[in-house]
Amino acid sequence: MDNIKLGEFIKSLGSDLDIKEGKQFTEVTVPPSELHSLARQLREREETLFDFLVSITGVDYGPDLGLIYHLRSTKYGHTVVIKSRTSDREHPQLDSVSDIWEAADLHEREAFDLLGIKFANHPDLRRLFLNSSWGFPLRKDYIDDDIITW
Amino acid sequence: MKYEEFGDNESLELLKDSGTNVFLTTIDDVINWGRKNSLWPLTFATSCCGIEMMQTGAPKHDFARFGMEVYRASPRQADVIVVAGTIVKKMAPVLKRLYDQMSEPKYVVAMGACTITGGPFFRDSYTIVRGVDQIIPVDVYVPGCPPRPQALLYGMLQLQRLIETQTIKSRKKRNASHNYK
Repeated sequence: MDNIKLGEFIKSLGSDLDIKEGKQFTEVTVPPSELHSLARQLREREETLFDFLVSITGVDYGPDLGLIYHLRSTKYGHTVVIKSRTSDREHPQLDSVSDIWEAADLHEREAFDLLGIKFANHPDLRRLFLNSSWGFPLRKDYIDDDIITW
Repeated sequence: MKYEEFGDNESLELLKDSGTNVFLTTIDDVINWGRKNSLWPLTFATSCCGIEMMQTGAPKHDFARFGMEVYRASPRQADVIVVAGTIVKKMAPVLKRLYDQMSEPKYVVAMGACTITGGPFFRDSYTIVRGVDQIIPVDVYVPGCPPRPQALLYGMLQLQRLIETQTIKSRKKRNASHNYK
């Protein structure tokens, strides 16, 4: 499927999806509550069959924290970008997709480690690189006296 | 490198730790001769400087010529630790432990910009240790990013000259003054 057709098809999968044509890929913005069911459908529907999770990127947009998923189908060769964001900075929580793609396990741990985004139903949500006394260094409001800036 | 080719041998001679004590100087000369000609480095490299260090040990540059004979895999058998590469906060305790496990006399060469000041990671980094001299006492700094093998060789030769000036007595004093936590 090309990007336009893909966008139209994905629109039919959920009720509250915002589809936009990006420079390279179709970008789908999905509310956190629908993220898991959409991911499940994209993985299992014969028309899309996104069996490869390329990456999960955590973003600090300002007040919002968000995630960007790049999905690819090894059978059809098409790619889609899924975005989801939450405005809760204190307890940002999204559903884990590690039960759908095994690769999400470590990606989500990394996002948790550096941005503090929690994942519901993640099998093993521990910090990945940093120890527990560290804050979440990739947040824009992260304060560390050791950082030197000019 | 020939002894005469170093620029400031006279001042180095004056700075000998044992001063003018004839008896001690003679013993020191013998011991230092042995120490400086069998400097065994520890196999320790954390990033790209390590590649350059391997090249220095490889046949083309071959620092076995100067007595840095073999890389030791165990800190117990090593005399010098060449800190080759970025040390991050998480790596710092490991480096400190390796240094503590080395037996006396032990020397440290800080190789590359990262180990001297933090280098390219100095600004805006939440992970970097800005200079390994905050953790362990450094004898020789080799600047560069990464330094060429010639630079590391020169640094190691400078370390040999440093060893020549030391005395068995001052080693204890030096260690006492470096009480790092």
